[in-house]
Amino acid sequence: MAVAKRPIIHPVDKYLRTERLPHVWCPGCGIGITLHAFMRAVKELEDEGRIDSSKILFVSGIGCTGRAAGYVNFDGAHTPHGRAIPYAMGAKLARPDLIPVVFSGDGDLVGIGGNHFIHAARRNMDVLVILVNNMIYALTGGQVAPTTPKGTYTTTTPFGNPDRPINAVKIAAAAGANYIARWAVTHPELLKNSIKKALPMEGFRLIEVVSICPEIFGRHIGFRAPIELYRRLQKVVKIRGKISPFEATYDWEKEIILGEFQVRNEPGYTRVLMEAFKHG
Amino acid sequence: MSREADIGFLNSNHAAAEGALTAGVNFYAGYPITPASDLFEYLARKMPKQGGVIIQTEDEIAAINAIIGASWAGAKAMTATSGPGFSLMAESIGFAAMVEAPIVIIDDMRTGPSTGVATATGQGDVMQARWLSHGHYGIVALAPFSAQEAYDLTIKAFNIAERLRVPVVLLMDYVLVHTREKVRLKKPPEVEVWSRKKPRVPPEEYLPFKPDEDLVPPMATYGEGYRVFVESLVHDYRGYYVTRDDVYEELVKRLSDKITVNKHIVLDHVEYYTDDAEILFVAFGSTARSVLSIVRHARARGLKYGLFRPISIWPMDTDALLKAAENARKIIVVEMNYGQLFLEVDRVIKDKPVYLAPILTLDLPTPENILEVCRKWL
Ligand SMILES: Cc1ncc(C[n+]2csc(CCOP(=O)(O)OP(=O)(O)O)c2C)c(N)n1
Repeated sequence: MAVAKRPIIHPVDKYLRTERLPHVWCPGCGIGITLHAFMRAVKELEDEGRIDSSKILFVSGIGCTGRAAGYVNFDGAHTPHGRAIPYAMGAKLARPDLIPVVFSGDGDLVGIGGNHFIHAARRNMDVLVILVNNMIYALTGGQVAPTTPKGTYTTTTPFGNPDRPINAVKIAAAAGANYIARWAVTHPELLKNSIKKALPMEGFRLIEVVSICPEIFGRHIGFRAPIELYRRLQKVVKIRGKISPFEATYDWEKEIILGEFQVRNEPGYTRVLMEAFKHG
Repeated sequence: MSREADIGFLNSNHAAAEGALTAGVNFYAGYPITPASDLFEYLARKMPKQGGVIIQTEDEIAAINAIIGASWAGAKAMTATSGPGFSLMAESIGFAAMVEAPIVIIDDMRTGPSTGVATATGQGDVMQARWLSHGHYGIVALAPFSAQEAYDLTIKAFNIAERLRVPVVLLMDYVLVHTREKVRLKKPPEVEVWSRKKPRVPPEEYLPFKPDEDLVPPMATYGEGYRVFVESLVHDYRGYYVTRDDVYEELVKRLSDKITVNKHIVLDHVEYYTDDAEILFVAFGSTARSVLSIVRHARARGLKYGLFRPISIWPMDTDALLKAAENARKIIVVEMNYGQLFLEVDRVIKDKPVYLAPILTLDLPTPENILEVCRKWL
C-alpha cells in the first residue's frame, strides 16, 4: 500500500501504518498494550522465520478495539459490528494460506457477534480471536456490555447492571475451541508469549484480555485516575496453572482467573473441510 | 452446435447454480430457506468436486459477511436466500457496496411480509433489493423469467459484480425456481466470463480505493503482499477513515455513478409488440409470463397490446421504457405486490396514465386473474 515513508524508530513500527498516528485511544487505555503484545509476538515469530506477516489477515469489528485494524500494516478489514469472525472465516476458507486474526471488543465478539463466536469455536475454525474485554461499550460512551459486572453503574443501567456477566472462556470451551487463555493488561509479557504460542496453531483460539477503560468505565464508577483502575484490576486477577476452563472464574468482585486453560491440537476447520471435499 | 450434454431440464434454482458454476463461482456460504435451499443443495454436491468451497453458516448474517471476506481473498463468491434471510443481510449489503466487494446474492422471492407464506410466490422484494441497507449506494438487480434466463443472468450477475465491483442481486420467485424447463448450458467462448481488474502497480504504489477512468478501482487480493485494508467507514483512496466533505461526497457519488457510467453492461430488457402498442403492460419475472399470454391472445384478436419486460430492474432501462410507451395510451404495471416497480415506472412516465395492477394471489396468477384486475382500464 502506498504510504508516506517514515523512519522506523520502534521495533514494531513496520507492522503499523505509522502515518495514521496518533491513534484515537484515551490515555491509560489497555488496547494499546494488547496490540503491542500482538505485534511483538508477530515480530518474534517473523524474526524466527516461523511466520510470514504478509499472510496475516487482521480483522476487527466496530468499537474502540475495532479501530486496531486500521492502524496495523497487514491485510485486514474493519467490518460491521459483530461480523469480524464470519468475514475472516470466508477469507480463510477461500484462501487457506491466510493467517486470520480477529482483534475486537467484548461487545462486538460476545454481544452482537456472539452467535458467530460460538459457531466458529464449534467448527474449530482457524482463527486467533483476541478479545479485548474492557467490561463496557466504550466507543458509544459507556453503556452496559455483556461482560459488565453485575450491579455496576453504566449509562444504560443507572440503577446498576441487573445482568450476570458472560464468561467467554467457558463459552469457547463448551463450544470446543483448540486453545483458550485469559490474560490481562497487567501482564503484557505473558500475553505476548500466549499470542506467540497460539498464532501458529490451527483451529479456534481464544485469548481474552481483561483490559482497562479508565475514561468510559473507570471514571463512571469512581476511579479518578487510570492507575487506580489498573491497581483494582491487578488486585482481582489471579494466575492459575493447569485448571479447566470451566473453573476460570470471571468475577470482578472476587477473582478473575488468568491462565492457559486449554491447549489442543485438533484439526482446524479448513483442513477438515478440504479433507471432506476430497471424497466428494 | 449444441450437444446433448449442454441441455439441461432444470428449475431456475438449478439453472442459476449451473450459471454460477460457468461463471466460476468458487465460494458459497448460505443458510437454508424455502424456496432457495435446493440451489444450495445442488451446489453442495457440485462445488467441492470442482475445487470450490461451500458451507452452511449459522445464519444469513454470517453468510453474507463470509462471502465478502472470500471475495477480498480472491474468490467469486455468492449466497442465495429468500426475503427473511435477505432482510438479515441488510447491513452487510451496504458493507459490500462500501468496500466494493464483487458478490452475487440470489433472492428467491416468496410471499411476505415477515414469514409470510413460505411456500407461496411473491414479488415484494423489488424495493428491498434496491434500498435494503442504510445510506446511499449503488446496486444492481436482475430478474429472469425463465430457467434459461436464470442461467444466463447468473453469469451476467457475476460479470457485472466483477467488472463494477458491486453487489448484484438476482431476483427470482417461487414459481420460477420450482418450474423445470429446458436450459441450454452455454459455455465459453459462447458466453463471456469476466474477472475483476487486478492492481497494475507494485504494493508500494497501490491505492486500493483509487478509481480508474471507469470509476472502478483495481482490486488487490489478500495474501499477495498488498497489505490492503478494507474499511467499512468512509474512506479515502488509501482506505483510511477520514471525515472530510470532499472525500465523503466523492466516495458516495462514485459508489452509484460507477453503475451509471457503465450502464451499457447492465441495462437489459425485452419488448413484445411494443412498436404500435396502445396498451403497454410492464411486468417482470414469472408474472410476465402470464401477462405475455394476455398480450398474445389480444394480438390474435387485433388488440394492440404490448409488454415491456425489464430484466435489469435496478437500474431499469428508462430510455427504452419511454420509447416503448411512445404510442401507448395507458401503461399498466402488473406485479405480485402492492406497488413497487409501479413507483419506478410512474416516476419515469410523466405524460400518460400509469396504472397499478397488484396481484396478491399465492400462486402464479392465470391470465384471467390478471385480466380481472385490469379490466377497468381495457
Ligand atoms: C449494528 C450496530 N449496532 C450498534 C452500533 C453502535 N456501536 C458501535 S461500537 C459499539 C459497542 C462497542 O463495544 P465493544 O465491542 O465492547 O468495543 P469497545 O468500544 O469497548 O472497544 C456499539 C454498540 C453499531 N456500530 N452497529
